[in-house]
Amino acid sequence: MLEVRDLTLQLGDKQILNGLTAEFWEGHVHAIIGPNGAGKSTLANAIMGLPGYTDVRGDILLDGVSLRGVPVDERARRGITLAWQEPARFEGLRVDRFIAAGARSKTAAAAATALERVGLDPPRYMRRAVDRTLSGGERKRIELASIIAMEPRIVLMDEPDSGIDVDALQRIFAVLAELKAAGSTVILITHSMAVLHQAEHAFLVCNGRILDKGPVEKISKYFEGRCITCSHENEPEPGELQ
Amino acid sequence: MTSALADGLLASIAEFTPHAGGDDVAHLEVHGNQVVGAHLVPGLRVNTQTLDDGLEVHLVVTRGIRVVKPVHLCFGLLPERGTQRIVMRVEVEEEAEAHVLAHCTFPNAVEVTHVMDAEITVAEGAAYSYFERHVHGPHGGVFVAPKAAVHLLEGARFRTEFELLKGRVGRMDIDYEVDCAAHSILEMIARVFGRADDTLTVHETGHLNGAYARAALQTHIALRERARAEVFNTVTADAPHARGHVDCKEIVQDQAMARAVPIVQVNNPRAHVTHEAAIGSVDSRQLQTLMSRGLDEDSAVNLIIEGLLS
Repeated sequence: MLEVRDLTLQLGDKQILNGLTAEFWEGHVHAIIGPNGAGKSTLANAIMGLPGYTDVRGDILLDGVSLRGVPVDERARRGITLAWQEPARFEGLRVDRFIAAGARSKTAAAAATALERVGLDPPRYMRRAVDRTLSGGERKRIELASIIAMEPRIVLMDEPDSGIDVDALQRIFAVLAELKAAGSTVILITHSMAVLHQAEHAFLVCNGRILDKGPVEKISKYFEGRCITCSHENEPEPGELQ
Repeated sequence: MTSALADGLLASIAEFTPHAGGDDVAHLEVHGNQVVGAHLVPGLRVNTQTLDDGLEVHLVVTRGIRVVKPVHLCFGLLPERGTQRIVMRVEVEEEAEAHVLAHCTFPNAVEVTHVMDAEITVAEGAAYSYFERHVHGPHGGVFVAPKAAVHLLEGARFRTEFELLKGRVGRMDIDYEVDCAAHSILEMIARVFGRADDTLTVHETGHLNGAYARAALQTHIALRERARAEVFNTVTADAPHARGHVDCKEIVQDQAMARAVPIVQVNNPRAHVTHEAAIGSVDSRQLQTLMSRGLDEDSAVNLIIEGLLS
């Protein structure tokens, strides 16, 4: 359903994406792993069409239709959304208003249900502001609630375990399973083994390219000594990956 | 006649806030220089005197009395032109408490001046809050100048909120100055949305004169088109353990201009005052987050401003 074709992106004088090609299947949980600076978050931002990430060569296609020139909000209306590694704070904006903003059903009941699904008690959170009075973990879960309420086709999740305690992480994993069960495609950007194992299929990215792809069991081997220290300088030779 | 004016004033604010009723709710409606409606409750004394261009109001909350339900004040002018000057003296006696919801409504203003000159004394252990919501029309022909000198005696609490979000601001000049005795608590909040050629000036000052006095000043402003705002928030601290904070945030769009001048002055080494000020366009991360949920840019900006001004 979502296809990234020979994607190349330069930011300043750095080549971040370097002819990256990948296919993401409908209703599957995919993981993109790789070292810092490999281009994982850049790929997510480019798929979302964020400002600064649109001047790409190659193409991104949704259901075979190019997203070139399609702005962020239109991509979202077509079903793509992004959960940031560090969710934004909104001074004064209430949680229920934030969740309802992009929700398919804009009722208070729908917002409350979304909060319950991420393990937050609606009466305690609905009227609070999405601001600095919430912890990073709480904001992350509220962002996820807003995504649940949106009922997206494709969810890009950038480092979903960042700033999250163990209990909250289990809740997020449960939501991943629910999203998948509801037919959403989830793309996890991670370098966490625990997050990787929530996926069914993974891509190993280094230096802006896909070095390997396949079942998680195969790709996770790179965490077991082969690529954990991978950098652009010691990028494995293609033959080494077979 | 007076009933019709009262009904007109109340109707003009009804779409924003339902006006409370009932025998246990005190209220006073003033159109121009006429009292067009009033009701008092035990413990609350109000005397009024007509001026050529307005009204003098003397409001007293009797010692030890807690007025449970908010007192509703309604000031305004329905014609397109005119002046309303309110001279207000408020005394909240020892250990008394009252909360006022004031609506100032000028729905048809083309050339209207509304001046409030208030002197407020909140006695020892007493509490007083004043929420002032303005309802203006679309023409911007209003000059609003609320000025208050407030005296908080030991252990007193005072909170004021000024809100002007609906309709055009016109020209506005807020000037509040508060003296805070020991253990008193001051909170001043202003939320204003300026558009077109609106001009806003905010002077809010708190003097922490007594030990353990506390003050928080918060000004949140959104400006569009060619609106201009200048905010001068000042907290001075002269006593030990006095604590103060100044917070000024302004979102500026189009050709609007904003200026913030936070002044913190500490004259006692055991006092502590902080400030934060942020002026600029809408935060790009906030914008992108909302747009990635499917909101178009205008809707996303409106929601962000709604939050800032809530």
